[in-house]
Amino acid sequence: MEKERLKIVIVGHVDHGKSTVIGRLLADTGSLPEGKLEAVKANCARNAKPFEYAFLLDALKDEQAQGITIDSARCFFESAKRHYIVIDAPGHIEFLKNMVTGAANAETAMIVIDAKEGVQENTRRHGYLLSMLGIRKVVVLVNKMDLVDFDQATFERTAKEYNEFLAQLNLTPVSFIPISAFEGDNIASKSPNLPWYKGLTVMEQLDALPKSTEEANLALPFRFPLQDIYKFTEGKDDRRTFAGTVETGSISIGEEVIFLPSEKRSRIRSIETFNTAKQTTAQAGQAIGFTLETQLYLQPGELMVKAEDELPNIGQRFRSNIFWMGKAPLIKGKSYLLKIGTKRVTVKLVKILNILDASELSSIENKEQVDRHDVGECIFETNKPIAFDLSAEIEFTGRFVIVDDYEIAGGGIILEAIASQESLLAGQVKEREEAWETGLVTANDRGIRFQHQSKFILITGEHGVNKREIAKNLEKQLFNKNYNAYYLSLSNLNLGLDRSIPRHVVEERAEQIRKVGELARIMTDAGQIFITTLAEADDYDLERLKLLNEPHEILVVNVGENRFSKYPVDLCLGLEESPEQAFEKIIDLLNSHSILEYYI
Amino acid sequence: MDHLDKLEAQSVYILREAYREFKNIVMLWSIGKDSTVLLWLARKAFFGHVPIPLLHIDTHYKVPEMIQYRDRFAREWKLNMIYGENTEALRQKQTFPDGNVDRLTCCRNLKTEALKHTLSGEWPRYRMNHDTGEYDLDSNTEAYTGVIVGVRADEEGSRSKERYFSPRDQDNDWEVGDQPPELWNQYKTNFAPGTHLRIHPLLDWTELNIWEYIKRENIPVCSLYFDQGCGSRNRSLGCAPCTTPVESTSTTVDEIIDELKTGKFANIAERSGRAQDKEDGGGLETLRREGYM
Ligand SMILES: Nc1nc2c(ncn2[C@@H]2O[C@H](COP(=O)(O)OP(=O)(O)O)[C@@H](O)[C@H]2O)c(=O)[nH]1
Ligand SMILES: [Mg+2]
Repeated sequence: MEKERLKIVIVGHVDHGKSTVIGRLLADTGSLPEGKLEAVKANCARNAKPFEYAFLLDALKDEQAQGITIDSARCFFESAKRHYIVIDAPGHIEFLKNMVTGAANAETAMIVIDAKEGVQENTRRHGYLLSMLGIRKVVVLVNKMDLVDFDQATFERTAKEYNEFLAQLNLTPVSFIPISAFEGDNIASKSPNLPWYKGLTVMEQLDALPKSTEEANLALPFRFPLQDIYKFTEGKDDRRTFAGTVETGSISIGEEVIFLPSEKRSRIRSIETFNTAKQTTAQAGQAIGFTLETQLYLQPGELMVKAEDELPNIGQRFRSNIFWMGKAPLIKGKSYLLKIGTKRVTVKLVKILNILDASELSSIENKEQVDRHDVGECIFETNKPIAFDLSAEIEFTGRFVIVDDYEIAGGGIILEAIASQESLLAGQVKEREEAWETGLVTANDRGIRFQHQSKFILITGEHGVNKREIAKNLEKQLFNKNYNAYYLSLSNLNLGLDRSIPRHVVEERAEQIRKVGELARIMTDAGQIFITTLAEADDYDLERLKLLNEPHEILVVNVGENRFSKYPVDLCLGLEESPEQAFEKIIDLLNSHSILEYYI
Repeated sequence: MDHLDKLEAQSVYILREAYREFKNIVMLWSIGKDSTVLLWLARKAFFGHVPIPLLHIDTHYKVPEMIQYRDRFAREWKLNMIYGENTEALRQKQTFPDGNVDRLTCCRNLKTEALKHTLSGEWPRYRMNHDTGEYDLDSNTEAYTGVIVGVRADEEGSRSKERYFSPRDQDNDWEVGDQPPELWNQYKTNFAPGTHLRIHPLLDWTELNIWEYIKRENIPVCSLYFDQGCGSRNRSLGCAPCTTPVESTSTTVDEIIDELKTGKFANIAERSGRAQDKEDGGGLETLRREGYM
């Protein structure tokens, strides 16, 4: 039978002995490549410097010069029972993000405390982060016992102090072990120097840790973040495959699924794999593909769930615990990119509830921003609804990262969904309308002069469906009939109004939509029939444009297949229709909204 | 799911993420076992298809079997197969086998430089024409800004610090101390223009995992990995002049796995047969900083 494997992260204040513990574990379990230890020792002797186990691990030249571990190195060792992958997380505060990288996917953690120095700031901070990252199995090593004459009282004092700290985080360590890593006391064998200690050695303790089981994930509701949709035609392949990794639960062919937040439904037709036996069930952990019984148009990032399972939350606001690693602080009002599962969406910080000083676990009141290395509790709002779980229920779909200026700058876990009273955008629009200063000419005056109402006509559809031609023809025909119509190509904004927008994929799009909506608000206020086109809009883009254009009316014309599941499109045009036919239909639509003849 | 299933799922996820997020990506295929497993994982990820071009840097000192093997599977699997080379260095004989430069410089010329300029599109690329089965000069000279590479963390010290998604700036510089965080399957997928990216789906695999997977999936690997009757075989594939075969009579994947698990290789590093790693203590690391993969 294959040996189990266990991933352990080792953390602690700098110089408390993490690298030494690992080096010792590698050496004492005979897991080093032949001659490696001797070579490093010889090299130290040659250069007349004392040997350190850290040198063994610090394979990079860079690091040896600096003398500190700057990244999470992975090492492998094994006992009779298990394979271990141990991740050496750096202790320096600047390297928090490396520590998080190392710790985030570990099952178990060892925290090293120097017996002589005692509990230090990073000992506490790391404990806090471990609790947030969801690591519950923690072994505390009180190291350098040789420096305190193997004194039992010192050990017990340190253990007590740290235990009390962890208790505030609802974290109960598996055990405290007194060691002297450098000499190997209580690492792989019981130390004669510590006769008063009756517990397990580090190796024994690691082997005794229970391994988390996959059954737990299997029992949870089915969650499948849609990563991509493939249609490869090579070799007459006609599958449309929905690809991704099952996070939790399982699903079988024939079962009904719902995609969220779009709420589109279908059934599983087949489970797709390559070079395996045909599967009828897909389960947690598998990177797999599905075909569906009906054709659905979906974007990557939707969450596929089982119709019969408990559904996740769908909403725009949530309360969360976060840690911030960004060079720039997290501030209100700025757009960030949120990545949750395979979804990417624009997000803003709404409120800071409190910032914890992780080293003391005391709150810092009245903070207006989240600074680098802060941890805290915040409320966020996404610009479109997303599907998520609470991290206490399903951790995989209840955690997220935040990207600022191309970098992953923060991470967090969702504590609570907040029913949206009013979205940030609705609040902004309300504020805008309240402050809007009008001239002496009213909308009615304009309608009488122009002989028509104003309107925002948005023509949407996939790329390459002739939207522009339809829009331009519409403008020309309306103009010829004496209407005040104005067509604006959004590409004109790129080098103009939008010049200041940094090119940040998702945020860029959100900002572009906002500008179009604001422009429409102005143009319709000026009495115009404002016409523009927007490719690949989704339900929420339309909702936002509608809101931004208020108090005036928007009419949405869709060219090609109608892929909106929520927004009621005003007019659908077939792909085969000419701009002239389109014009006739749009005129009918305008008439039916009685805007053209209204004032005649 | 066993350990190989988990490694496979993780690598497939990374490959799909790379394909989803980046337009100009290419996958390096050295013909060795690791990048062949990577190629196989791409077929897994994309359900039998390989929608990402494959790039091989031909030093012209590769053993002929390697090239035959490459072209055979490029044809069979309908790969978008490209190769590049350092034509000038070869013409001017600036190579170690020609006796004009040392091993490191040779590697730098024939691999690092060739790779760099083939990726950028400055030097000619040759693409397999599946109608003729031959290579034609590729008209696409657009730079590849994302490179998928089959490095493993257990191969060598400097590789153990890698990220799955690792950005490099224009000079190929790798900021070891300031790498993007990776947590909860979220990687750095947003980039300032001009960033180059390396993607490492095999980071968590060990040499043994690779062979166990080759066995499980029945992946065809180059014949040089097996003893052909002379009592030696290649443990890692490089250029003929700088790769010493190891003494071994393994003729099957099973025997190789046994050898790695319990036999004489259990504690000897895989690249010990690669001469350029030793030239100056940090040979491989120096090469890697310069863009060697
Ligand atoms: N006396 C003594 N020194 C130790 C012990 N363990 C580690 N050290 C020393 O403490 C210093 C820091 O250790 P290191 O493992 O690099 O700490 P890290 O920063 O936590 O990785 C080094 O000089 C080690 O040799 C120990 O058990 N006893
Ligand atoms: Mg260290």
